[in-house]
Amino acid sequence: MALLEIENLTVQFPTRRQTFTAVKDAHLTVEPGQIHGLVGESGAGKSTIGAAVMGLLDPPGRITGGVIRFRGEEISGLDAAAMAALRGKKISMIFQDPLTSLNPLFTVKQQLVETIQEHLGLSDAEAGARAIDLIDRVGIPNAKARANQYPHQFSGGMRQRVVIALALCSEPDVIIADEPTTALDVSIQAQILDLIKGLAREREVGVILITHDMGVIADTTDVVTVMYRGEVVESGPTARVLGQPEHPYTRSLIAAVPRPTVKLHRFPLIGYGGRVTEFKIEDLARNWPQSTAERGTPLVEADGITKRFISKRALLPSNREYFTAVDGARFEIRQGEVFGLVGESGSGKSTIARMIAGLYPVDAGAVRFEGRDVTATARGVPDWYRREIQMIFQDPYSSLNPRMRVDEIVAEPARHHGILQGLALRDRVAELLDRVGLGADAGLKYPHEFSGGQRQRISIARALATQPRFLICDEPTSALDVSIQAQILNILKDLQEHLNLTMLFISHDLPVVRQMCDRVGVMKDGKLVEVAETEALFEAPQHGYTRELLSLMPRLDGLSDEGLAVA
Amino acid sequence: MTDLPEQSVERARARSRLAMAWDSDLAHSFRRSPVAMLSAAVTLILVLSAVFAPLIAPHDPFNPATLNLMNGFTPPGEANMFTGESFLLGTDDQGRDVFSTILYGLRISLFVGFAAVGFAMVLGITLGLIAGYVGGLVETIIMRVADVQLTFPAILVAMLIFGVAKGITPPEYRNDVAIWVLIVAIGLSDWVQFARVVRGATMVEKSKEYVQAARLIGRSPAAIMLRHILPNVLSPVLVIATISLALAIIAEATLSFLGVGAPPTEPSLGTLIRIGQGFLFSGEWWILFFPACTLLVLALAVNLLGDWLRDALNPRLR
Repeated sequence: MALLEIENLTVQFPTRRQTFTAVKDAHLTVEPGQIHGLVGESGAGKSTIGAAVMGLLDPPGRITGGVIRFRGEEISGLDAAAMAALRGKKISMIFQDPLTSLNPLFTVKQQLVETIQEHLGLSDAEAGARAIDLIDRVGIPNAKARANQYPHQFSGGMRQRVVIALALCSEPDVIIADEPTTALDVSIQAQILDLIKGLAREREVGVILITHDMGVIADTTDVVTVMYRGEVVESGPTARVLGQPEHPYTRSLIAAVPRPTVKLHRFPLIGYGGRVTEFKIEDLARNWPQSTAERGTPLVEADGITKRFISKRALLPSNREYFTAVDGARFEIRQGEVFGLVGESGSGKSTIARMIAGLYPVDAGAVRFEGRDVTATARGVPDWYRREIQMIFQDPYSSLNPRMRVDEIVAEPARHHGILQGLALRDRVAELLDRVGLGADAGLKYPHEFSGGQRQRISIARALATQPRFLICDEPTSALDVSIQAQILNILKDLQEHLNLTMLFISHDLPVVRQMCDRVGVMKDGKLVEVAETEALFEAPQHGYTRELLSLMPRLDGLSDEGLAVA
Repeated sequence: MTDLPEQSVERARARSRLAMAWDSDLAHSFRRSPVAMLSAAVTLILVLSAVFAPLIAPHDPFNPATLNLMNGFTPPGEANMFTGESFLLGTDDQGRDVFSTILYGLRISLFVGFAAVGFAMVLGITLGLIAGYVGGLVETIIMRVADVQLTFPAILVAMLIFGVAKGITPPEYRNDVAIWVLIVAIGLSDWVQFARVVRGATMVEKSKEYVQAARLIGRSPAAIMLRHILPNVLSPVLVIATISLALAIIAEATLSFLGVGAPPTEPSLGTLIRIGQGFLFSGEWWILFFPACTLLVLALAVNLLGDWLRDALNPRLR
């Protein structure tokens, strides 16, 4: 008998205007010891399934059809009290953000003991011993001492281990893990996934692993269910679904996944459900000022730039303490190339970008653009340099002013620099919006009327308005779905190819970097540890840290390579 | 925007924006809240009757030529024993029609309230934006001043300002400037909450990437604050402004009641209450009662409107 069965599950959210069907006729079964992956893009309904099983649907959402059975018994119709008894005891959940799923005011041990006593009714001493045993089992070293610490004294990965320990307190039969590693660095992600795998094998726990990441699916799951807009489009053993996808949506999804092992000329876009939007970057080239500089000569030079942040404030400068975010980074970005910066969170990649862009004053060292000094001071950078550089930000939801119309947003840089006025500016804005695939009349709307991928196109249009020569992309696709990411990355590739733009491309995602960059710099703890040609770096990494990063990268060997064109 | 099709597009958008506003969550929540609709209606009626007071009022209480002392102390609805005239809400000691004085008093109370809140808003938003965006020493100074001011009761601050202003104005101008001094006094005692809220919201907005994008372009701090941040921090300000309006009207009434506000020649609701209070124990209750009721209804309606607005704009309560 299956541990958990979901049959014809339909979840609806009735609102004032219409009833939104988040999940429609979904089927899913989990066997003991099995990891069942649930994959799909945002809005696919995968988290809703998890919440429905837990009885934790946000109001006004409710199950309007189908049944959920746990060990053959229907649990979808249970009342709140019966569901509360089951939840956490037999079925428990691991959330995405380890910071918000722990109470900051209690020690780790207190939180574990409370949960253990709630479910198993042990004495204080027994529960305490059990808590320490659990902390040890999820791989936190020195469990006895660390148990008495507070959540903020743990790193992100350790905190997620505590959350897993918390989920294990009641010895559940089913664990629902909703994007358990999305907020974590790749090295920690691998450890957490190993931990989940181990639990499933050793303790015969059934796991539903909800994720948007094909790499996680390929490495971790036994069975995978692919969802698209609330419906299950394909389900089966992971190797089969990823290797020989049957449904066109699965095929398009797999084709859009950046490959770590081989560089492609472009991302293949197998359209599904009208999601591919045409864009025509090459049309912009006609009016684009042609650079006379030779390809390959240095355009931007960072000469030992350093940035310190005050970590302890004090009135007297001698009493202040500093944290060095970037320590003497030295590299050059050549005319017409895409230079990548990779590293884990906190390694100083974004700080470098902000120093080059003039958003942070540089504490030591210099930045040069075509040999001219453009080092950022407290007053910023020279105006002529501002016209030459533009930036595309990570979060498409906060990088556009929600109270400004899209045409005003795109026009602002050119208007500010006095490059264009009146009709000419309006035409430029309309042309840019059209060329990035939004249509010329997109300018009359407000940002909230667009999706994440469309907003990132607006950002690109804004960045192109002053016809810059240098573009800084700070994690431009890390907030986007994989099929949208492929489209945005193709636009960026076109910008380099047709407009001869030079780019600084920052990412934590190694496969994306391999697809995008000509040369790559690797950052660790504020230091640039290695700079090399992309292919050389991926094939023969020199520095130990680079090798470690590459070894943690998901290989995605089993993925279907339909539609891929190797560069 | 010279060619016609473009204009019609703009006009079509404006129409649809009106439709959008009607369909918006805010309008929907308004239509579903009887309290909000009732208090909005009451506020609207009071504001309109204040604006059109010269048209509505049966008498002009400030024109001594129309007054007849014989009409003094006429009870509401009864005929005067000497002149035979009758007044809806009675008359005061001078023979002024209470209903008319209330309409004119409402005018002054509302004017002072709106102007004082407007003044407090401009001051508070400006200082809050600067404190939140610039930070550092500037922020410390502005917010410490605000903290110090909060340790005094607002009414005390207003009385202090009022007293100082009275001391430095020549006696012959005192009545003319009294209203403006009142506005500045109430406004200055009320800017702190605007500054605090705007500073907090500004600090949140400042860290968002659209502000980084504007800085990258090279926009000046003033342009970033006004063009980018200000429109995004206004919705909490709207809530505070509504609740402040009720408080400012009450503050004005309090000051006038204490005799440091609107002069008896231009009585506000507070002044009327002060005048009426003198006759309460001699039986002429209506001189006090009706202005006080009007003040109560006005303050309550505006307050309820503010409460509803706060709940409707707070996504966490929905």
